[in-house]
Amino acid sequence: MTVETPDVLVVGAGPAGLAAADAARKVGARVALLDAAEDAGGQYWRHLPAQRPAAHERVLHHGWDRFTALRGQEMLTNAQVWLAERHDDRPPTLHVLVGPADGRDRVRRTFAPKALVLATGAYERTLPFPGWDLPGVFTAGAAQALAKSERIAVGRRVLVAGAGPFLLPVASSLVRTGAEVVGVLEANGWPRLGRGWSRRPAELLATRHKAGELAGYVRDLARHRIPYRAATAVVAAHGAERVSSVTVARLDPQWAPIPGTSRDVSVDAVCVSHGFVPRVELAVSAGCGLDAYGAVVTDHDGRTTVPGVYAAGEVTGIGGADLALAEGVVAGLAAAGATASDAQRRSRSENQRFAARLEAAHGIRPGWVGWLGDDTTVCRCEEVTAGDLRAGAAATGSRGLRSLKLSTRAGLGVCQGRVCGRTVEELLHRHTGGLLDPGRTEQRPLAAFVRLGELAAAEEQEHQ
Amino acid sequence: METHRDPVRPGETSPITIIVDGAPVRGLDGQTVAGVLMGAGRLAWRTTRNGRPRGVFCGIGVCHDCLVAVNGLPDVRACQRRAADGDSISTEEQA
Repeated sequence: MTVETPDVLVVGAGPAGLAAADAARKVGARVALLDAAEDAGGQYWRHLPAQRPAAHERVLHHGWDRFTALRGQEMLTNAQVWLAERHDDRPPTLHVLVGPADGRDRVRRTFAPKALVLATGAYERTLPFPGWDLPGVFTAGAAQALAKSERIAVGRRVLVAGAGPFLLPVASSLVRTGAEVVGVLEANGWPRLGRGWSRRPAELLATRHKAGELAGYVRDLARHRIPYRAATAVVAAHGAERVSSVTVARLDPQWAPIPGTSRDVSVDAVCVSHGFVPRVELAVSAGCGLDAYGAVVTDHDGRTTVPGVYAAGEVTGIGGADLALAEGVVAGLAAAGATASDAQRRSRSENQRFAARLEAAHGIRPGWVGWLGDDTTVCRCEEVTAGDLRAGAAATGSRGLRSLKLSTRAGLGVCQGRVCGRTVEELLHRHTGGLLDPGRTEQRPLAAFVRLGELAAAEEQEHQ
Repeated sequence: METHRDPVRPGETSPITIIVDGAPVRGLDGQTVAGVLMGAGRLAWRTTRNGRPRGVFCGIGVCHDCLVAVNGLPDVRACQRRAADGDSISTEEQA
């Protein structure tokens, strides 16, 4: 088998990966840049496909000029990394399948880079509530993806709910895709939001691009008369075959619903996001250390705890596209054996303080478990309920996450616990009085779903 | 949304037709299988073991709620697979 040996291999062509590959190339490194999608941009700069190019794509985007400057790089698209093979003395070898998503005849390629940059991004965390598995309940990211790359609005009358500033661009995209947004609900109350966002305003000036982006979304809410409600959440969705209404309730500062405050709102779709989970499969396979939030630990040059492996962007902690770009430049340079300038390092640390504000103002609070009923689905794949988890913990007396997952089936379905993993861990942690092996959800031997038949066929081709 | 009112001003693209459980469904070149289905007004197409309807949830290939069979191959994420003219989609074959 041919093994490709670039100086720098970058996985992920969103803001961080594009910036890393560009920076490494500019100092002369031979770079390979991979992404599982058909085009560059990641989730942040998702856009209409080449078959349907838009004249005014920037209407849905921030930093579009930066993207157009970065997107022309040579890259390998439709490239799914499925295995990181660890070595003691050098960065891991990555095994890649190239071809249509989930196909069976993809081309197998193998990379043994001198340095590896992981820029695999993040996906949303959506907390469960009764009815959250009804069609018409989407993650906020699904609404954003369908608006940006399909020009489809997820509903006609849509409520956006959860926590964090990401709810705002989703509402803006929805109205620009023809939906009526009946409200944006933020779980955190004004006191916490105020403490998180107004402290040390000089730091915000340093990230004024980000501040301007937020101001633009707030103007959109005002122009379309979309109410923004703090300390409020969707606590249930109702409908037979699809969502027809949701129950909305006021929350206390710990996110527990306040009795007597609930009311029903008629909608045909609801978009929910409570935060983000770093996409760490490859980093974990490579042996990289994680922090308490499950993000990859890096130093000021983007080095992980594994020599020759760097990380940048949301996989190192949730901080938005500006931070991802700044981290990408620094990590790309370091991976190529160069050093970032003081200004490049400063940009990175200023944007990191913005990320700390996000967690302070919007991080998940434990009272959300008050939304659950015993029959509320927690694991969507295996259809394990909150009651099943409680009963499983009580019946076995086990405090082991691994054994409780095996006995309840929670997190063992086709998504491999990507959607429910943290939720299952938190619930079992309460029921058992403390898990003995927390964090195991992130450990997946294969980084992506692969067909054994496809791998066998590829082996045969190589031996012929 | 309707192209002539779309602020993004998408360019012209060719129509495609895919066959979903035996019936033709029209879409646009460049759409994903999920995009074609949702563009045709379908919100759910898979049924879980417990009989619950499912369609797109995460939209970015993570949750696997939207699985379909494409040209006889099961377990393809509809939100990730680009639809090709003439593709035969089955929502009934489950792994």
